[in-house]
Amino acid sequence: MGIQLSEQELTEIRSVTEKALQKNNADREKLLPILQEVQHNLGYVPKQAMQQISEALDIPEVEIYGVTTFYNQFRLNPPGKHQIKVCMGTACHMTGGHIIMDSFARRLNIKEGETTPDREFSLERVACVGCCALAPVVVIDEKIEGKVRPTRVDGILLGFEMEKKSQEKQKQEETGESQ
Amino acid sequence: MNATVEKNYEILKNDALQDISKWQEKARVLVGTATCGRAAGALEVLDIFRKEVENRQLDVEVMEVGCMGHCYAEPMVIIYKPGFPPLCYGSVDEGIAKRLVTDYLENDDPCFDFAMAALEPNDMFPTFEDFPRGVYEQKIVLADCGLINPEDINQYLARDGYSALAKALSMKPAEVVAEIKDAKLRGRGGAGFPTGVKWEICHQAVSPEKYVICNADEGDPGAFMDRALLESNPHQVIEGLMIAGFAVGASKGYFYVRAEYPLAITRLRTALEQAREKGILGSSVLGSDFGFDIEIFQGSGAFVCGEETALIASMEGKPGIPNHRPPFPAVSGLRGKPTVINNVKTLSYVPHIIRKGVDWFKSIGTPDSPGTAVFALAGKVVSTGLAEVPMGTTLRTLIYDVGNGIKDDKPFKAVQIGGPSGGCLPESSLDLPIDFDSLQQAGAMMGSGGLVVLSEDDCMVEIARYFLEFTQKESCGKCTFCRLGTKQMLEILTDITKGQGKPEDIDLLLELGEDIKAGSLCSLGKTAPNPVLTTIRFFRHEYEAHIQEKRCPSLMCKDLISYIIDPAKCSKLCDACVGSCPVEAVYTKPDMLKDIHQDKCVKCDNCLVTCLPLYQAVVKVSPPVAVEGGGNHE
Repeated sequence: MGIQLSEQELTEIRSVTEKALQKNNADREKLLPILQEVQHNLGYVPKQAMQQISEALDIPEVEIYGVTTFYNQFRLNPPGKHQIKVCMGTACHMTGGHIIMDSFARRLNIKEGETTPDREFSLERVACVGCCALAPVVVIDEKIEGKVRPTRVDGILLGFEMEKKSQEKQKQEETGESQ
Repeated sequence: MNATVEKNYEILKNDALQDISKWQEKARVLVGTATCGRAAGALEVLDIFRKEVENRQLDVEVMEVGCMGHCYAEPMVIIYKPGFPPLCYGSVDEGIAKRLVTDYLENDDPCFDFAMAALEPNDMFPTFEDFPRGVYEQKIVLADCGLINPEDINQYLARDGYSALAKALSMKPAEVVAEIKDAKLRGRGGAGFPTGVKWEICHQAVSPEKYVICNADEGDPGAFMDRALLESNPHQVIEGLMIAGFAVGASKGYFYVRAEYPLAITRLRTALEQAREKGILGSSVLGSDFGFDIEIFQGSGAFVCGEETALIASMEGKPGIPNHRPPFPAVSGLRGKPTVINNVKTLSYVPHIIRKGVDWFKSIGTPDSPGTAVFALAGKVVSTGLAEVPMGTTLRTLIYDVGNGIKDDKPFKAVQIGGPSGGCLPESSLDLPIDFDSLQQAGAMMGSGGLVVLSEDDCMVEIARYFLEFTQKESCGKCTFCRLGTKQMLEILTDITKGQGKPEDIDLLLELGEDIKAGSLCSLGKTAPNPVLTTIRFFRHEYEAHIQEKRCPSLMCKDLISYIIDPAKCSKLCDACVGSCPVEAVYTKPDMLKDIHQDKCVKCDNCLVTCLPLYQAVVKVSPPVAVEGGGNHE
């Protein structure tokens, strides 16, 4: 923990939470949709948002925290730029899902549930994405990929690396031109 | 009122028929873009068809449809062309898509090489009914999946969609309840509780407000039929939910969908909007005095929320912790009001029963479990996907005839049925007719119908450990036995898979299992020990091999295996294994033979897979090779 948030980030958290509260009429029954909307817009549910929701709905902060941590969907820390979710459903597990998870963990040098220090990738497990026929399955950002092999793990990460490099190159060229 | 509803429905249906007639006479391409299709690249294929058709200025309609259930052959494409039978193509890639446009749509060569089957009997190509799978399958709820565009209500209406709703509206609610009760429809969520009885309790409850909820929180790992139904034919479920609402006297319905199914949520949302626009949903359904609306509630990823009382708790903004029943939700549910909660599949059967009658439904399946069952075939079976067969079909038929047997002709070991609540059944159970009662007697459970086939490569201790890890993580923590008992079981199982098991562990597991069953409130805890109990019952020798010989007979448990290279098979000249190793554990010895540094090896399987088609020189052994001071370094 202990992430330092800038003033700008705090303002964003405040306004996103306020919007989510307004949209759902600050209704206790809408607690899950409110939290879902905050996470949808920020990528996680920050402590500050929980405080704000607690005040608006007049329920103790600890209860909001209880709900947030009860459900698997909610994240308490900001995710990486690219989210890698490895499916751990039965079919995926039996066809080598854990090997895929190990491969990602080894390549990114983080454990499941963590984010790389440069905040480029976060690695998560999902219970089942319902694509069992194509196991093992990995969800990269929004895209589902089936029949993933450990070698494909390297390919996926290499793809991101190349994309990043070409973007940087483009940026350099642009700034170079403008100078 | 009766006449108004009928008239309004006729108008809607005629409009729909007219709307689809504009493309029904011309050629059309249907691309299956449900999640399973997308995972195999269906969106790229769709894109190629759209682009190529446009580039060539062809008069062809390209449409997105759902999943036909043949997930092993995704992405799937169906092509209708006047003068030809409708043909279904499997494993379509971008190259095949291009060929289909140039050879078939532009010219008249149907590319039979790529075709799987025709959809209608003809003289040119076999149909699905000519294969065993097509013979055994009897599609009711899956019938239209993969054939209609889920985002176009007119396609559903044109196939008699919503006619059951119109028919129900002209009946008395009590008559609708009686019909479902008479049909002996049993809840397809897992427990098999009679749906009609549930409806009747709610119908008889006196309350100004009642609710109906469609439970689409398909948390079972290994099951995906609810997702496929919502993505392929959302209107069918909506119609079922509306009939349920009318029958019990509710004016509000909810879909509780898990957040892991974004596409299902999008398609459902579109379907609800279209129904509202057509006057099917709203204050006066089809012009009657029945007012009904539906909202979507997104789950947040908690397996226990599939349980009715936990589902309600989470809708009320609380952690999804189950409550004691009674009172049953049908008497006191959401906001304390009578609430009927039915599974996606259960509701999908409702329109068909109302439309075709009770006798028709009862003529399918077994006397105590009429109708069909939808199974999600996964694991080591050849034809993975969704299959809908009459209740009472045997496991053998399902796996060998419908699923085409085991991959790579490996011997069958077990079938895991019913997800974490179910159990593993051995070969001796293969001739068991599958229905709710027979499976319970065998120690397993129908669950939601997830069926994972296991071959000799799958370790039964490991699969028991896997399910315990799942239930232990998902236990809400309310009951001590479930919270601490599953944790204890998991620790013992983990030790066993690591070769640290003790001889008394098996008896301890059996004892703990019985206690957890007795001491838990909801089905999550009550059924959590099932995978362990059934694997001990049928595969005790595997447990004993792990404990006594520190050996994994299926060569699966990571801590109990080593990868070695058989010098007799190694080609010396090929470097495939060296190149594929992510940690540089494979190396070349001076005599050019390859070897593996056991202390570096992370057991990722890469070298074995790369060598497999060439020389099969990499083999797994158990118990593992001892690693002492660098082991087999040269």
